Amino acid sequence: MALTTVPTKACAVNPLKMSQPIGGAFAFMGLRGAMPLLHGSQGCTSFGLTLFVRHFKEVVPLQTTAMSEVATVLGGYENLEQAILNIYNRAKPKIVGICSTGITETNGDDVDAYLKLIRNKHRQLAKLPLVYVSTPDFKGAFQDGWEKAVTRIVELLVEGPNVNGLRDPSRVNVLPGCHLTPGDLDELRAILEDFGLRPSFLPDLAASLDGHIPDEFTSTTIGGIGVDEIASMGRAGWTIAIGAQMRRAAEVMQAKSGVPFRLFERLCGLGPCDEFMTFVSEISGRPVPPKYRRQRGQLTDAMLDAHFHIGGRRLAIAAEPDLLYDLSSMLHEMGAQVRAAVTTTQSAVIERIKTNEVLIGDLEDLEELARTENCDLLITHSHGRQAAARLKIPFYRAGFPMFDRLGAGHQLSIGYRGTRDLIFDIANLVIADREENHPPTPDRWRAPVALPSRSGHLSSIGAAERSTA
Amino acid sequence: MSSLSATVQNIFNEPGCAKNGSKSEAERKKGCTKLLQPGSAAGGCAFDGAKIALQPFTDVAHLVHGPIACEGNSWDNRGAASSGSNLWRTAFTTDMNETDIVFGGERRLWKAIKEIVDKHDPPAIFVYQTCVPAMIGDDVNAVCKAASQRFGKPVIPINSPGFVGSKNLGNKLAGEALLEHVIGTREPDRTTPYDINLIGEYNLSGELWQVKPSLDELGIRILSCISGDAKYREVASSHRARAAMLVCSKAMINVARKMEERYGIPFFEGSFYGVQDSSDSLRQIARLLVERGAPQDLLGRTDAVIAREEARAWAAIEPYKSRFKGKKALLITGGVKSWSVVAALQEAGLELVGTSVKKSTREDKERIKELMGQDAHMIEDMSPREMYEMLKGAKADIMLSGGKSQFVALKATTPWLDINQERCHGYMGYVGMIKLVEEIDKSLSNPMWEQVRRPAPWEALARAKLHMQSPAAEIACEPALAETARRARKICHCNTVDLGTIEDAIYAHGLRSVEEVKEHTDAVGGCCKRRIEDILVPSPSAMLQAAE
Repeated sequence: MALTTVPTKACAVNPLKMSQPIGGAFAFMGLRGAMPLLHGSQGCTSFGLTLFVRHFKEVVPLQTTAMSEVATVLGGYENLEQAILNIYNRAKPKIVGICSTGITETNGDDVDAYLKLIRNKHRQLAKLPLVYVSTPDFKGAFQDGWEKAVTRIVELLVEGPNVNGLRDPSRVNVLPGCHLTPGDLDELRAILEDFGLRPSFLPDLAASLDGHIPDEFTSTTIGGIGVDEIASMGRAGWTIAIGAQMRRAAEVMQAKSGVPFRLFERLCGLGPCDEFMTFVSEISGRPVPPKYRRQRGQLTDAMLDAHFHIGGRRLAIAAEPDLLYDLSSMLHEMGAQVRAAVTTTQSAVIERIKTNEVLIGDLEDLEELARTENCDLLITHSHGRQAAARLKIPFYRAGFPMFDRLGAGHQLSIGYRGTRDLIFDIANLVIADREENHPPTPDRWRAPVALPSRSGHLSSIGAAERSTA
Repeated sequence: MSSLSATVQNIFNEPGCAKNGSKSEAERKKGCTKLLQPGSAAGGCAFDGAKIALQPFTDVAHLVHGPIACEGNSWDNRGAASSGSNLWRTAFTTDMNETDIVFGGERRLWKAIKEIVDKHDPPAIFVYQTCVPAMIGDDVNAVCKAASQRFGKPVIPINSPGFVGSKNLGNKLAGEALLEHVIGTREPDRTTPYDINLIGEYNLSGELWQVKPSLDELGIRILSCISGDAKYREVASSHRARAAMLVCSKAMINVARKMEERYGIPFFEGSFYGVQDSSDSLRQIARLLVERGAPQDLLGRTDAVIAREEARAWAAIEPYKSRFKGKKALLITGGVKSWSVVAALQEAGLELVGTSVKKSTREDKERIKELMGQDAHMIEDMSPREMYEMLKGAKADIMLSGGKSQFVALKATTPWLDINQERCHGYMGYVGMIKLVEEIDKSLSNPMWEQVRRPAPWEALARAKLHMQSPAAEIACEPALAETARRARKICHCNTVDLGTIEDAIYAHGLRSVEEVKEHTDAVGGCCKRRIEDILVPSPSAMLQAAE
């Protein structure tokens, strides 16, 4: 059981964390025809926008209420009103998702009240869903913003069950955490459809940020789940929530519509995939298709092949709680030791992470821990590149943002196939590192007196090499 | 110490800016920042601008005082290059939490500064003020002042909360901070008559180093660059330069003008984008230095270098002329790049269909007219949708712009080249311009375009199917149906014998002549004689012969 520690330093160095509002906005990007709107100053949006564009290499809709100094003093009602009207007139959105920021929260803008006033004043907006989420920058992290936004969407947009209470057993709702990529969602969709189920993803980033060429140019999201489909989610047979962060949204869904839910905290690794397949087989009443039986075999074989390289690795990993739990657990099950774990925000899964201590901190903490623990594999988002270079250890990029490599949206880590590929990727990274950076030298096995600080590191590499031989 | 609003007013009242100078008193007070439109605004805030302008200081610790959004969402996103320290790439932020908002963040800020001093001991710390601490009244100036005294090193407040205005204003606020706290606080180790300052050059992708060799050759020393590849000490002693060049953008004009005012350093506004601009800038630098007492021969030496470099550049660009023939380019960028790149592109044989002038001054526009003719297509503002339509309609073969519009081009399957801040190549000076032309060629001639523009095969099939809703077409799509239809063709009309019957008879009995066919089928062999002969022609033996 891992202990959660919060560092006492005043200065965050090389942040791991990103802000809540852009996490919230990210959730709205999985809705079709949506325009996420940050209620704050221009920079709040601009930074988030740049981050998303660098990660996905796609057009990203994101707007701002452009709070000026005067507006900040007087309150943001007019800016919000103008922003909504402007977006309504120009972009013709199907839904506007509004997230507050540090400045409007500090100011105490009562956005719910503002929205009521705006609706009363502008009748043309009657049918436009306006979903507001409170996401101050100075609390929580990216994942929290996502979680809150999805919960709020369920609260506001999902309709109750039919009068007769009938539900369609072939429909399932999927509430994916923000650690799932569009590629992961596509994989999940394929699995569920192979069982004859019809999934509704909320949010569905797969159609909006999976990098395709749309037929027409729009300034809102180009795909995602439609508002109507969200409304009808209350008639599904089951809700599958992925990642502990989605528990609240699933609970709200159940309370509202009576749809039972099952939460999968992980979908990476043999055990979690088996559990998932069993569950899907049960709810669909169909056996697991041969395709997945084969994939399971491939995954177990991959685990056998890769354990030489991943086993014994001293892992330093930093990610948002759900992703951290997912990846570190899988690698722990592959024999890696989680020696340094850093995350961004509190979560129920932290204590289940297979390490002694999880730090809610930044990448400087990760780097220091990795150095003192002699870690020889680093996993975090692209911002970890500088630390990995200084530590001279192999670096696997996982999570958001991944701006210095292509294909972030298609990275796959769930299901038998996704886990298999992930294991191969990481093992290959380790092999390449050994070949490129650790060729045997005459000094290799000299007494540790010569290299006191690196002795632990070297012996662990030696062990890995012996086992390959 | 003046208040932030006084500083902002002061910046708006910029005599060095031609655009501002032509405005009335009242308009000038409003400044050049257009009121931002909620819901249709794009671009960075003042904090963003300040950070962009100062972050290239390589050996300074940049500490952002604010909640996580300001630094957590934005760090590590600039491609400036450093020849020394990498401290600028480390992100420092106070990551203010709820408690700080309630009780004030000054304590945390103080502790953060102390931690940085303890861990890194940089020559200076820049502290950026953002919206939230500004709103709750954190006195960054006071904390910095106290910290400077306590730790014995410059801790400099950069007063740039995002809500005061745009990115451009932030650049200027950064400049004000330098003027107030940095420039003129140290003395250089030595000075030469060839010392210059470059102002507003950020050394993105190491571009500065494309120009430096020419300056080195002429013996011209960059005393300080503000702020590309800058070291704190250099900028602090930059007031001893003999001349200055304001590179490309008027964003830091306040620094250039006030340095002229305070220290008598003459400056000119120039650019190193484009061959002629590079030459002009080198000449101007030489002229200013000579005016300030550098030996006369500098002018001649400069001309010689320019002549040699220009000849080299044009020779390198020449081969592209034929390749670029008839190709049209759309240039969406700001400031001087809207014309300084035009000349080189035209020289390389590209036709310019338009250039944006959103951020250009009146002089800039004059230059565009000079280069592109009186009816030059100057684009004031173009919505992404219009841009997309234009590119989709193949009105331009390539678009050159900043990263924000790249996907407009790419989604319209049109070549695109980044000539703004996020690009991976340097395009400055003579070598840079050759590189730009090379990159344009690489993009235009990539065989990938032809493939991605090709519609999916099933789309053509779907269209064809739509045309063929007739029963005959349906038959044509199904091999079995088609065969049945073929065999059902009537051969002998008198006795209604179809092709299939005759074929079967020929196959079953090995028939060779019309007579034999008549014997084995109901065919009459009158009017249908010719048709039966036709069927008999590809007899097995005949086919065997053909095969041999």
